[in-house]
Amino acid sequence: MTATATDRASVYVRIIELIEPLNVKKVGLAENTSFAGDLEMDSLTVMDLVASMEDEWDIVMPLNMLPDLETIGQVADAVTKLVTK
Amino acid sequence: MSDLLSKFDALIAERAGVLAKGVRDPFAIVMEEVKSPTVAIIDGNETILLGTYNYMGMTFDPDVIAAGQDALTRFGAGTTGSRVLNGTYQGHKECEDALKEFYGMDHAMVFSTGYQANLGMVATLAGKGDYIILDADSHASIYDGCYLGNADIVRFKHNSAEDLEKRLRRLPPEAGKLVILEGVYSMLGDIAPLKELVAIAKAHGAMVLVDEAHGMGFFGENGRGVYEAAGVADDVDFVVGTFSKSVGTVGGFCVSNHPKFEILRLVCRPYTFTASLPPAVVASAATSIRKLMHAGDKRARLWEMTRKLHGGLQARGFRLATTTPESAIVSVLMPDQETTVRMWQAMLELGVYVNMSRPPATPAGVFLLRCSLCAEHSAAQLDTVLERFSMASAAIGLFALAAE
Repeated sequence: MTATATDRASVYVRIIELIEPLNVKKVGLAENTSFAGDLEMDSLTVMDLVASMEDEWDIVMPLNMLPDLETIGQVADAVTKLVTK
Repeated sequence: MSDLLSKFDALIAERAGVLAKGVRDPFAIVMEEVKSPTVAIIDGNETILLGTYNYMGMTFDPDVIAAGQDALTRFGAGTTGSRVLNGTYQGHKECEDALKEFYGMDHAMVFSTGYQANLGMVATLAGKGDYIILDADSHASIYDGCYLGNADIVRFKHNSAEDLEKRLRRLPPEAGKLVILEGVYSMLGDIAPLKELVAIAKAHGAMVLVDEAHGMGFFGENGRGVYEAAGVADDVDFVVGTFSKSVGTVGGFCVSNHPKFEILRLVCRPYTFTASLPPAVVASAATSIRKLMHAGDKRARLWEMTRKLHGGLQARGFRLATTTPESAIVSVLMPDQETTVRMWQAMLELGVYVNMSRPPATPAGVFLLRCSLCAEHSAAQLDTVLERFSMASAAIGLFALAAE
């Protein structure tokens, strides 16, 4: 298991790194960037991204959480909450 | 007024783009006449059917048709009611009895479609606070069952025992868990390593549901499915299946040995709040299921025809989704959407119908020409099919494209 930092700022930085390879349109990534609108990610890509975040922090992010997570900032908040739980 | 359908503009434009190139719509085929399980008339042309999941060719079985005709005459065209009110006829009970016998299980519940069977079982079994752990490549009916229910949904990498184990390990040990697997995955035609996956699920205290839609009839000693062939029948809690493939009509079911199974009839909404199957359908299904118990010859022929098509396509240079024929589905990998549609149309014009499959029905980015075999296909028909695959690929320059 990698010793991944779990504070909000480190989580955000790592999420950006995980999204970058999937950012085919090379959209600028920020707190308010949305997955469906700005990044135009389809549901399969989003689910694969969830799996990589689960493995990164050894957490469970149920798919039914996803409708409430529209932006990178919201995902960073949710991951931070899960890793500190 | 904002147009609610404008959210589909991108898909409308994509389809218009494909059709503007002069190809016909692969999702709007009309069978004008159906002559047998393997031959239909499309656009006035006699066409070999190689994409209908009619694995055992039961649609035109004389006993199956006679049973349906008799029930239509004696019980009428429909039940006009729910299974739990006025919609359970003698035929529905007999159909459930046939399933119990076929599967050697204590309980059977018949739904109006296979889609509703998954929708109902998945949504009802796992409730708030429970976890559903499903294979990433699960059928849409399983995903939709998840979204109809209130459980937390966790997805594991397709057919990966290691990934399933990792995800189960992270869940609270005391929580209720349902692991959902399919015997055969219908897009690529690959089968699940059920021995490994079921053992891991059980080691973590999960209940197991296996969808055998594409495995019933020709896997295992009694044709029960991949789970029977894998020798894990004692560890599978629920088997879901359909009448619209090997059985040759329409409908869905779940069978189980769970002692409390019967209560599901009252709490499973896609079972309770819809009309039951028409008398003719359940009579045809029951007859077909009983005949499938003794269909050893058909099973052997289906596998023989599958090996012939798989081997023949490989020998002609086509790239297939599985290196060996794992199920009665043989999927040909295609490079992109336009080539897939052109190849599909060329095949149709040559008199062979196959399925065209594209994302999101397929796993990420995969385009397929999907063939499914029937026990009634003849070797001569498959020789014709193979020859036409070569003709179609030459006509559209498939291998030249692939070599680029």
